[in-house]
Amino acid sequence: MADMTTTGIDRQTRARTEWFLVGLGIAALIAAPFFLYPVFLMKMLCFALFAAAFNLLLGYTGLLSFGHAAFFGGAAYFTAHAVKEWGWTPEFGVLLGVFGAAVLGLIIGFFAIRRQGIYFAMITLALAQMFYFFCVQAPFTKGEDGIQGVPRGHLFGFIDLSVPLNMYFFVLGGFLIGVFAVWRIVHSPFGMILKSIRENENRATSLGYSVARYKLAAFVMSATLAGLAGAMKALVFQFATLTDVTWQMSGEVILMTLLGGIGTMLGPIVGAGLVVTLQNYLATSEFPVTVITGAIFMICVLLFRRGIVGEILARFSRGEDDAR
Amino acid sequence: MTEAPVSGAANDAEPRVVLTARGLRRDFAGFVAVKNVDLDVHHAKIHALIGPNGAGKTTVFNLLTKFLAPSAGRIELMGRDITNTPPAKVARMGLVRSFQISAIFPHLSVLDNVRVALQRPGGLGYQFWRSLGSLDLLTPRAEQLLETVGLQNERHRMAGDLSYGRKRVLEIATTLALDPKVLLLDEPMAGMGHEDVETVADIIRDVAKDRAVLMVEHNLKVVADLCDWITVLQRGEIIAAGDYATVSQDEQVKVAYMGTAHDA
Repeated sequence: MADMTTTGIDRQTRARTEWFLVGLGIAALIAAPFFLYPVFLMKMLCFALFAAAFNLLLGYTGLLSFGHAAFFGGAAYFTAHAVKEWGWTPEFGVLLGVFGAAVLGLIIGFFAIRRQGIYFAMITLALAQMFYFFCVQAPFTKGEDGIQGVPRGHLFGFIDLSVPLNMYFFVLGGFLIGVFAVWRIVHSPFGMILKSIRENENRATSLGYSVARYKLAAFVMSATLAGLAGAMKALVFQFATLTDVTWQMSGEVILMTLLGGIGTMLGPIVGAGLVVTLQNYLATSEFPVTVITGAIFMICVLLFRRGIVGEILARFSRGEDDAR
Repeated sequence: MTEAPVSGAANDAEPRVVLTARGLRRDFAGFVAVKNVDLDVHHAKIHALIGPNGAGKTTVFNLLTKFLAPSAGRIELMGRDITNTPPAKVARMGLVRSFQISAIFPHLSVLDNVRVALQRPGGLGYQFWRSLGSLDLLTPRAEQLLETVGLQNERHRMAGDLSYGRKRVLEIATTLALDPKVLLLDEPMAGMGHEDVETVADIIRDVAKDRAVLMVEHNLKVVADLCDWITVLQRGEIIAAGDYATVSQDEQVKVAYMGTAHDA
């Protein structure tokens, strides 16, 4: 959220406050598993990274993908298969999932970026649905059962990930790397071009930028990081099932991102945390989860359209930086 | 700065054709928006494209900059055929346009708007692993450009917050950042206040000293003052071409503008 519009000194104090808050956040995440249930926290981290990766595309490039479940769920399958059937160590399993998601992103993105707006969303949805049917049919995904009983294994061959705390710090590491990657991309020369494409695509073209290439690159980066989230989730829950490749999952990540605030670094993370927490607490009550999340979503859209974090930022900094 | 000059030997003061169109035509589902348009745009000259609303001026711009593909005809930029070249490539070759609706990046600062344009040479656009600080080396050039158009005091403002006229001025600064060989301006003064019109006229006159300018403009006074050559379009066809004195005496042009051939 570095603001290029303020003066040098302002920028410095602001950056310092931001780093302080980031440090505080990381400290809280390190302490959290000693107070809260680690699996719940890990689920939250996986979805937060998924939403952050999705936001790279929606918030900073202006592309609404309705097929991100393919990368999230696809990576979960690849990782689960590699670890369970081939006996790969978790780090290589995750790398395979990430790589697989990148390849899927390249294929789906290649077709989708040819169209804009709603057509772009529809193509991503259609291709993700094709991938879903592939997952239903392909033998290695084990159909309706999914890949069950995936061993967490030993990280680098010697850190036992079946110990919850070890697993937690592995996921936290992946999450921090992923979110840092999003931050780095957004606040880079390349990110500037992505934002300019979001702001005015024709103008970016008229300045000599081959917009299609930038969009495809952003799409693949987003898919890759969504894959990292999905791959870790497969190890956390020790299974990979069809749930993670359904269109509902693509919808859920849109909801999380909008709820938290698109085009902000923190928004998707907060949104994901909120949705996952609600799902967790409501799962045991008699309230239907979807009705509650739906209602909250509607309230948010009606009352603060910038999302939770977007609205807070707007109040505090008059909302005119790249928080949109 | 963008593309190395192809013919360094050519004398810049000597008029030469840098952009030509021959037999340009565009159909939209049975409707012919532009037909038989021939244009020659000269280096160091200001060329105006005028005509009543719906005459096809913007379509011609879109065809020349390849935002639309021509149905027929041929376009050459500095001797190279660009009839089938993609728009971003055409821009990199030195043919840069502005838009009728002010085309800026509203949620970027004024300075960043210009820096985005300066970023492409050297592949700085693709570097996703570097910090924004790596763009600082472009700041002096960007500030210099903002100063030419009188926006230096507003460089840290959000571009979307500028007044309409200032946005157009910013767009021109951004366009100039590419150091284009041929500048296509689509109604650069539309909706501007009096002062801005003069500023922009001065800027255009200045930049046309060493590049070609083709502009669509409704303000005939501006056209008369500024432009060396005028092409009049009506219903997609050229009805007159020449300097202002010639064109303004043309009977067809009078009919097109006044709806009558009688002298007012």
